[in-house]
Amino acid sequence: MQVETKISINGKDYEGEVEARTLLVHFIRDVGGLTGAKVGCDTSQCGACTVHVDGVAVKSCTMLAVQADGTSVTTIEGLADDGDLHPLQEAFWAKHGLQCGFCTPGMIMAAAKLLEANPSPSEEEVRHGLEGNFCRCTGYQNIVRAVTEAADAQKEGAE
Amino acid sequence: MTTRIFSSGIRRREDPRLITGKAAYTDDVTLPGMAYAAILRSPHAHARINSIDTSAAAGMDGVLAVFTGDDINAEFNPVPCAWLVPNSDLKTPAHPPIASGVVRYQGDAVAVVVAECRYAAEDALELIDVDYEPLPVVIEPDKAMCDDAPQLHEDAPNNQAFHWVMTGGDVDAAFDDADVVVGERILHQRLIPNAMEPRSAVAQFTQATGELTLWSATQNPHIARFLTHVVTNLPEHKIRVIAPEVGGGFGSKIPYYADEVIAIFCAIKTGRPVKWTATRSEGYQSTIHGRDHVEDVELAADSDGNITGIRAKVWAGMGAYLSTAAPGIPTILHGLMYSGAYDIPNVKADVYGVFNNAVPVDAYRGAGRPEATFLVERLVDKLANELDVDPADVRRKNFIPAFEDGHDVATGLTYDSGDFAMSLDMATEKIGYQELREEQKRLRAEGKYIGIGITTYSEICGLGPSQVAGAVGFQGGLWEGAIVRFHPSGKVNVAIGSSPHGQGEETTFAQIISHELGVDVDDVNIMHGDTSQTPMGWGTYGSRTTAVSGAAVAIAARKIKDKATQIAAHLLEAAVEDIDYENGNFFVKGSPDQAKTIQDIALMANVAWDMPEGVEPGLEASTFYDPPNFTYPFGTHIAVVELDKDTGRIDVNRYLACDDCGPQINPMIVEGQIHGGVVQGIGPVLCEGAVYDEDGQLLTGSMLDYALPRADMFPEIETSSSVTPSPHHPLGVKGVGETGTIASTITVYNAVMDALKPFGVEKLDMPLTPEKVWRAIHANGKEN
Repeated sequence: MQVETKISINGKDYEGEVEARTLLVHFIRDVGGLTGAKVGCDTSQCGACTVHVDGVAVKSCTMLAVQADGTSVTTIEGLADDGDLHPLQEAFWAKHGLQCGFCTPGMIMAAAKLLEANPSPSEEEVRHGLEGNFCRCTGYQNIVRAVTEAADAQKEGAE
Repeated sequence: MTTRIFSSGIRRREDPRLITGKAAYTDDVTLPGMAYAAILRSPHAHARINSIDTSAAAGMDGVLAVFTGDDINAEFNPVPCAWLVPNSDLKTPAHPPIASGVVRYQGDAVAVVVAECRYAAEDALELIDVDYEPLPVVIEPDKAMCDDAPQLHEDAPNNQAFHWVMTGGDVDAAFDDADVVVGERILHQRLIPNAMEPRSAVAQFTQATGELTLWSATQNPHIARFLTHVVTNLPEHKIRVIAPEVGGGFGSKIPYYADEVIAIFCAIKTGRPVKWTATRSEGYQSTIHGRDHVEDVELAADSDGNITGIRAKVWAGMGAYLSTAAPGIPTILHGLMYSGAYDIPNVKADVYGVFNNAVPVDAYRGAGRPEATFLVERLVDKLANELDVDPADVRRKNFIPAFEDGHDVATGLTYDSGDFAMSLDMATEKIGYQELREEQKRLRAEGKYIGIGITTYSEICGLGPSQVAGAVGFQGGLWEGAIVRFHPSGKVNVAIGSSPHGQGEETTFAQIISHELGVDVDDVNIMHGDTSQTPMGWGTYGSRTTAVSGAAVAIAARKIKDKATQIAAHLLEAAVEDIDYENGNFFVKGSPDQAKTIQDIALMANVAWDMPEGVEPGLEASTFYDPPNFTYPFGTHIAVVELDKDTGRIDVNRYLACDDCGPQINPMIVEGQIHGGVVQGIGPVLCEGAVYDEDGQLLTGSMLDYALPRADMFPEIETSSSVTPSPHHPLGVKGVGETGTIASTITVYNAVMDALKPFGVEKLDMPLTPEKVWRAIHANGKEN
């Protein structure tokens, strides 16, 4: 069954007829042509496909595109503000929070919502908050450092 | 004035594209007219295929073609094994790209569908009707060699793939004369490497020119090109392999897989570019696994604790076929490391490679060396227990004394440089070892149980001298090519044959160029991964990229400097021997203010208006660096774990890694490699392991079932380092990609065993899950 679906991704509307079973992540990648969200598993464990749907962090492989019809989606490509890196992007770079980079888009998108919910997380809270995202390269340590640093930077920015 | 760039933790130059989602991995490649392949995989671990009916699938809307083994095997050659370990009676049964007549593991390819989209391709798989006749199955490597075990290959009796023996000294005499012998059976469970990017391939064949382009998630595009030629018979100069962004490998993207071959076949036959990307669960059944050892190991010593011998009998599961490098892992990269950090005069490795009905096994981070370090360090701890002495003291007693320029060990290797006692002292001091032992005693009195594990390791990396590669049966060289090219504007391209995929050489190699020639790192572009743009090289694995490829870059840069000196002498009207160099400036001795910069010289060399007599235009150098020896990083790791005796849960409270990989080009990247390696090595101790049932069904068949390390399982890993240069390397560097994994598995294992000591538990098979630990505590009913 083909379903007309319209989703705003990073402020731009994408619409098309898609099969009802099309996953949101495939809509973003195939219809939107935005390949920042990665498909790292098929059981919703890895978190590499994490995006924001109407302001909520969602593993976009757990949602059908038709369920996201009419929503506003932000992907890693839409996170930087007019070319200025988001504090998390900046911190992942500065703290060596990535190696192969495959988990990074999902990790950053998940961390962004973590910091919205808890602007001053402890190291333990960061580790707990990111347990839904796998990284195989970094041993997580520099990711934790990056998220903590971004939290500090956001606070300074707000002051 | 150039900023000091060597040994500086500058930010990685590859990161901007990665943190913004702009980097393109293989599955992100889309070509006009591209079709999608999906592979039907055997649900049985061992079965005869009586018939395959593909007609319904072929007739489905959107399906372009369906192929089986009969189609592909008639035109393509089997997928080869490329490490033919000599003097081992090695059997290499043919591995057809798609199974022909018999499937030998769950996941063996049976057919492929090419369709207009991936959804249609996967739908069509369900319409393929295969009549299987199940055959008996064997999974455990040691059982596979029993007389009544099911046979996988007619030409490999007893499922024996090879039998390799390495001896040094007289090990039997050492055991006959020993005062103390300790030993145990060690099981290294199968591990699933789980690089975050699932494997993927895009094949495009241009009929008019006969040219094939293969985008592939590979660690070694030049090997992939050569093996594509071997399997497809396409001429190698018409094959281009591109490893675009690659999302981790850890060894699992070294092998040349049937899946790439299938994608190529589909592209040739349909005339369309074809993409195949594994789902994660598909990857669990079709991407190599690691480890799978059963080992009976023993250590001989005198009553003073001097180690006199180590011997091991090993059954190493190979899976159903020999993967690209598989035979070399439990032999050359394992048995030759039985000396560890110690002067052990007598050693013996007796290794059987065994076919079993499971996914093929190949290199996984550390590849043979984590298992070797595990058995040596486990036995040393057992010796300490037996003699009732501190594990640190037994180690100190047996260490090879410090050496700067070569030390021969009984396995036949010559370690390049090391100072193990210094490393152990550094680590014990930093973590406060004596205080920890006192705390442990105090806590035990309170009914709390911590355990301390120590490992001092030596490892072999920087693979390696090509002559040795040939002698040990590797069907290739292990040198690396590099081309350094200055453009007229002074900007630099460096093309390398190795293929980094997360290790950061776009940064560290630019630092090498900057260090050698004084150019800004931002003026250097490191090109890798595309065989049409890079010189030959053997790839990124075995902690070899900086050690071998980095040496090639440094030597090419020095050739540039020599030529630049000649040009500078000419321009400054001086003799070559009167030219001094500093930070990118060439000047007559004593007149640094009259300097020619490397950029000035690059411009002159490229326009060539005024060159010295007999000097060719251009400022470019290429090098093919073949290392004279391996490199041997070393270090000491210490873990402190806490055991909850009521639940069996193990927490790692502290982890200290003191590593010596020689001079560090970028300490930030070095530390990142150690963090990642340590966590990857701890996973198998605490939670990870592939589980097959007796019918050969992979029970841990998805990320939901296979327990990977998560962020909340670890404390902050403490790191420290010493610097002992390699005597034979142009920059003194050794390599660091695998040290974390090589040391951490046994470090944490020994720590857990230390915590369990009061309960009389001496041995447990990994992973040490809470249930297993709890049962072990209560089985003995002992608590002092």
